[in-house]
Amino acid sequence: MTTTTTTTESPIPNTAVRAVRRLGTGAPVYALLVVLLAALAITDPGFYEPDSFLAFVKRAAPLVILAAGQYLVIVSGGFDLSVGAVVTAGVVAGAEFYGSYPDAHWLLVTAGLLVAGAVVGLANGLITTRLRVPSFITTLGMMLILEGAVFYWTGGSPQGVLPQSFREFGRGTAGGWLPWAVPACVVVGAAAVWLMRSDFGRTLLATGDSERAANLAGVRVPRVRTLAFVLSGAAAALAAVLVAGFSGVSAQAGRGLEFEAITAVVLGGVLLGGGRGSVVAAMVGAFSLQALFTLLNLQGISGALESTVQGVIVIAAVGLGATGRPGLNRPRRHRSQPSGGTSS
Amino acid sequence: MTAVPSGSAAPVATHRPHALGRVRLGDPVVAVWLAALAVTLVGWIVVVMDGGEFMTRSTVTGILQNSVALGLVAVGQSVVILTGSLDLSVAYLVSLGTLVAAEMMESGSVLTAVLAVLALSAAVGLANGLIVTGLKVNAFIATLGMAFILRGYIEDTYTGPAGHVPASFRRLGYDRIGFVPVSVLLLLAVAVVAWLITRRTRVGHHMYATGGDEHAARLSGVRTGRTVVLAHVLCSLCVGAAALFLAARLGAGAPWAGTDARYDLESIAAVVLGGTALAGGRGGVTGTLGGVLVLSVLDSIFNQLSVDPFFKNVVRGVVIIAAVALYARPRSDRAAGRPRRAGRGRVKPGGAPGLPGQEQSA
Repeated sequence: MTTTTTTTESPIPNTAVRAVRRLGTGAPVYALLVVLLAALAITDPGFYEPDSFLAFVKRAAPLVILAAGQYLVIVSGGFDLSVGAVVTAGVVAGAEFYGSYPDAHWLLVTAGLLVAGAVVGLANGLITTRLRVPSFITTLGMMLILEGAVFYWTGGSPQGVLPQSFREFGRGTAGGWLPWAVPACVVVGAAAVWLMRSDFGRTLLATGDSERAANLAGVRVPRVRTLAFVLSGAAAALAAVLVAGFSGVSAQAGRGLEFEAITAVVLGGVLLGGGRGSVVAAMVGAFSLQALFTLLNLQGISGALESTVQGVIVIAAVGLGATGRPGLNRPRRHRSQPSGGTSS
Repeated sequence: MTAVPSGSAAPVATHRPHALGRVRLGDPVVAVWLAALAVTLVGWIVVVMDGGEFMTRSTVTGILQNSVALGLVAVGQSVVILTGSLDLSVAYLVSLGTLVAAEMMESGSVLTAVLAVLALSAAVGLANGLIVTGLKVNAFIATLGMAFILRGYIEDTYTGPAGHVPASFRRLGYDRIGFVPVSVLLLLAVAVVAWLITRRTRVGHHMYATGGDEHAARLSGVRTGRTVVLAHVLCSLCVGAAALFLAARLGAGAPWAGTDARYDLESIAAVVLGGTALAGGRGGVTGTLGGVLVLSVLDSIFNQLSVDPFFKNVVRGVVIIAAVALYARPRSDRAAGRPRRAGRGRVKPGGAPGLPGQEQSA
């Protein structure tokens, strides 16, 4: 437990030290984001026009929200591979629901989806903690189940139209200029930061750092880890609402998002395996990834090669972060108990 | 394949498998083979009740045939996983392998094509291993990045099936001796080699040690980096073999050969079904083959019952979770359930979590 009090979010009076520590393991990602944003500014001078910048944030919002949820699971020592399938299932389920009840209020449907996402997360959490199935396998199985169920339900080709009122949240703007996705992103970010500073957040970090130590210190580990999955599921459902809003119904809606979210979190310097990293850095990681996609688009790199460049850059960024890490963090967090090759 | 009693306890300290004659039900390797047997029997009964025939020559051949590609990939995957790493790039490597094989065979000889595919695979494995050990990128991200790189190259270069596999090489995909397809012999040969390397050689013991606790292994003088790189190369070579088999089967290279079947995640599922710990250090090839068999028997049953292919995925997801949950139980009673509680009274390298990114409480 003592280790958790020295994590990135510890309130230390000295502001200079605090500022550096706040960056913590995420420091490389802030640098990456600055570089990418600068590159974007050079490539497209109009990028920082309020409209296009807000549009960028809007596009990034689902990934940022997913990254926040994924962070909670990863920092507690797990994985959530089911979020992409939750997004797909959410979009398709919304459309199917509107097919049956065209007059349903959008708020009701959104709330329903959030609850459903949380239930999926609850199932993930309970299976992982109570049945002791590794979360990688639990959420992989959940992904197969959800994708299979969605296609089985819709006969292979999801159809349906989402009403304007429901899509407003994903594609519309507040007051004519601010996309709803932006405040959603900010709210999720604030909530996540608040959560990580609360008792829950500290126990979550402690659990990820050493489940046994947390357990001995009185943390109800299964409950904490389950809650992380529930929040991740709900975050995925919220992302589904946003995605449904601006790209409509598609069987591909959430495809690959789980890997993007995990990549974003890792770019943010969060340690896979848990116990280290900040949620803000994870969300910045998501912004960086989206900035990278945007940049690759603007550079006119053909659609196919885009993923090659993406792969190279992700490996390079994480590699640089990993090699840059020792000087930055090791002195602060020396582990007396080396946990199997944390460096690699 | 009958070496079931050799068990999953990694023989790093104890070279002699203890209790050779006694079959322990709690042993995941035994459990998964029993599960395969049970699934077969239940499937048989269900199919017969449905009015079909199950244990016919053609279904048995079909099951074996379907096991080959996933089996080859999963054998490779078990080598990296028990070394404490992971390979998510296998699906795209399979696709690229079939394409390279078919194109080389169209223009050149079969032998050069085979060598080219194996060289390509070894190179990709080497790159994976070096990124993981040299750049210290987490294996999950490193191999995911490699998957993206391969995907970009495939999608940029190929738009559809390419190349042509000559009839002489297609025999690998279709010939059989009795009811045993030749390709099954390929799988068995690869599996035996992998088993010998992991269980009977020094480097194999190093793999278990590295997967169990990399830090301890390094302190004990194991060159862990080299071991991890080698595991990745071996894995990719197995994947190359799978690509060659699929090329023989399909008659051409296909960009979707590996990705449609989701060999990346399916192979990991098979490995874990086979009782290999995701955190590394425990398990082995024998269990993996059992896991592969369970998956392909299930597939065959679903086909016989003409279950909706999408519903198949639902059941498959449930089965994977349920199976792992079932034998997570006996293991959690022993020390093995919690890697950090070093085995009580049993010497094994389960001292600490493996590479980050693996479940700690697996």
